[in-house]
Amino acid sequence: MTEILSAAVIVGILTSAIRLATPYLFASIGEAFAQTSGVLNLGVDGIMLMGAFSAFYVTLHTGNVWLGALAAMAVGLLMGLLMSLISVTFKAEQGISGIGLYMFGLGLSSLLFKVLVGTVYTISGFPVVKIPFLSQIPYIGQIFFQHSLPVYAAFLLVPLAWWLLDKTTWGLKIKSVGQNPAAADSLGVNVDRVRYFSVCLGAVLAGLAGASLSTALVNLFQENLTAGLGFIAVALVYFGGWRPLGILTGALLFSVVNAFQLWLQVLGVNIQSDVAVMLPYLLTIAVLAFSMNRVRQPAALNKPFERGEN
Amino acid sequence: MRTRALFIVGLIIVMLATACGGQQQAPAGGGEAAKPFRIAVVMPSATTDMAFSQSMWSALKAVQAEMGGETALELKYSENMFKVPDAAAAIRDYASQGFNIVIAHGSQYGASVEEIAKDFPNTTFAWGTDVNTFGLPNVYAYTAAAEQGGYVNGVMAAMLTKSKLIGVTGPIEVGDAKTYIDGFVQGVAAVDPSITVSKTWTGSFSDVALMTEAAKTHIAAGADVLTGSSQSVVGSIGAAKEAGNVLWFGTQQDQASLAPELVVASQVYDWTALIKQMIANYKDGKLGGITYVLELKNDGLKIAFNPNFPLPADVKAAAEKAIADIKSGAITVNP
Repeated sequence: MTEILSAAVIVGILTSAIRLATPYLFASIGEAFAQTSGVLNLGVDGIMLMGAFSAFYVTLHTGNVWLGALAAMAVGLLMGLLMSLISVTFKAEQGISGIGLYMFGLGLSSLLFKVLVGTVYTISGFPVVKIPFLSQIPYIGQIFFQHSLPVYAAFLLVPLAWWLLDKTTWGLKIKSVGQNPAAADSLGVNVDRVRYFSVCLGAVLAGLAGASLSTALVNLFQENLTAGLGFIAVALVYFGGWRPLGILTGALLFSVVNAFQLWLQVLGVNIQSDVAVMLPYLLTIAVLAFSMNRVRQPAALNKPFERGEN
Repeated sequence: MRTRALFIVGLIIVMLATACGGQQQAPAGGGEAAKPFRIAVVMPSATTDMAFSQSMWSALKAVQAEMGGETALELKYSENMFKVPDAAAAIRDYASQGFNIVIAHGSQYGASVEEIAKDFPNTTFAWGTDVNTFGLPNVYAYTAAAEQGGYVNGVMAAMLTKSKLIGVTGPIEVGDAKTYIDGFVQGVAAVDPSITVSKTWTGSFSDVALMTEAAKTHIAAGADVLTGSSQSVVGSIGAAKEAGNVLWFGTQQDQASLAPELVVASQVYDWTALIKQMIANYKDGKLGGITYVLELKNDGLKIAFNPNFPLPADVKAAAEKAIADIKSGAITVNP
């Protein structure tokens, strides 16, 4: 059997991890925008399912993955507007409305799949694009530069989100609305509008997270395709302390351990499969318990804003 | 603190609620004019899962077509009944509505069937995969000797692999997922003991993304033939398709339509004989008490060769010899 620490295996683990991290990055970065503005959206998984189905369905019928991605974004936007309407305008309890949104997405995507598609098909999704020159670098090239476009996009999103949140006035508005909406309001920031915007942006990214699954990584749709992935994405936002870089670290850590346990099994290392599949979750819990950085939590997270109340 | 408490409560609610996301088709009252034979089935996954549930639903539809459509045989189903209490409620509902046969298609439904069957002595209940009829005269248990088709697939896989590395992607090491793979390993070893069969279990019947990655891991490690079971293997087949030069062996349902160029053969569960026997017995007044095993011998298990795959003649001959030997008892495959 191959050595577990050989170069080929390490490259294999890291390549898998980059792929596995992709949907988490889209969804978690999106959720970070929503939460930074003070809205906890637990419906990510439902939006992902709707995005995954739309992207799959449009690609299946048009053969165009870009139209598929566009459809996923549009559906994500609609779901985001719905979430904002309920939690920002109607000021419903965010945790509960998010769960409602999740169940709505799960049920509707299953129903549409059953009525419009019926059975499982595989499609040809985003092809692998090898970056010229960079993909030729030994080891590094294979790990980082031989993926499909959504994978690159997910990783490029990290610096982009950091820049938006930390370096622009617009990011400052989102943060101020999430920290102290009353103060932001008194300075002329339209709290509801900023929250609508952040939740919708997050939902569009969640839609793309779904599309990255159904049209780049798995290339098919099945009922409950995400299998709860969106909830891990929400946890990763806490894990990452609401910072894009922290989220990237969390997503990579989780994915590396997941890829590692798959390789452990493939290489016939004598470990119970039940133990192996627990590893990523155990690690996440351990890291969360020891490194939870609550200082950065948006002070107004989960609190609807009512002018003049506080 | 409130946020965190809410978040945790939310997560718990969602985990409890996840399983009931699927929709349930409520049984409706039958017409008065004609009196069709009525069968209801309760299934853990969807009728379109390309695997376990679909195998039963296709069989029921086939029997219905043979008997002359809906006027002769009325079918009703509840799918995605992953939660046992929901399934139990559905089973009881169907029985109270006077269905002749109620099928509980999941090994997790055993205790519910045992309890409910006693209250409806004039209804036939069937459940599987298992062998236990609880000593009740109106309960059938059914199971599939998945290891037999696994063995045949294994023989072909061993003759087709060039890298001498075969990958298995399974869900959880239980039931027919396990027996199929045990049989597969024996089939491979019978041809060439030097071939390595490495197995991964994802810990989930439904995590397609992880199943896909598991298949990609096998391919990266050098495997050129893959197999596996559960409804999430559609992900593995997708990964094999993407790699282009990797072959696939299916089980439970004919999976050739997913990737016609690389699915060599599938073991197909054919429940039609079981259903027909139950209907015939019911009409004769015998309601159960029988354990039914799908085998190659009784045509409950079939090997569906993919007509679009150019299978070498010697491989096909070896597969057919293995089928004949298992039928005659010359080869015993241990589950």
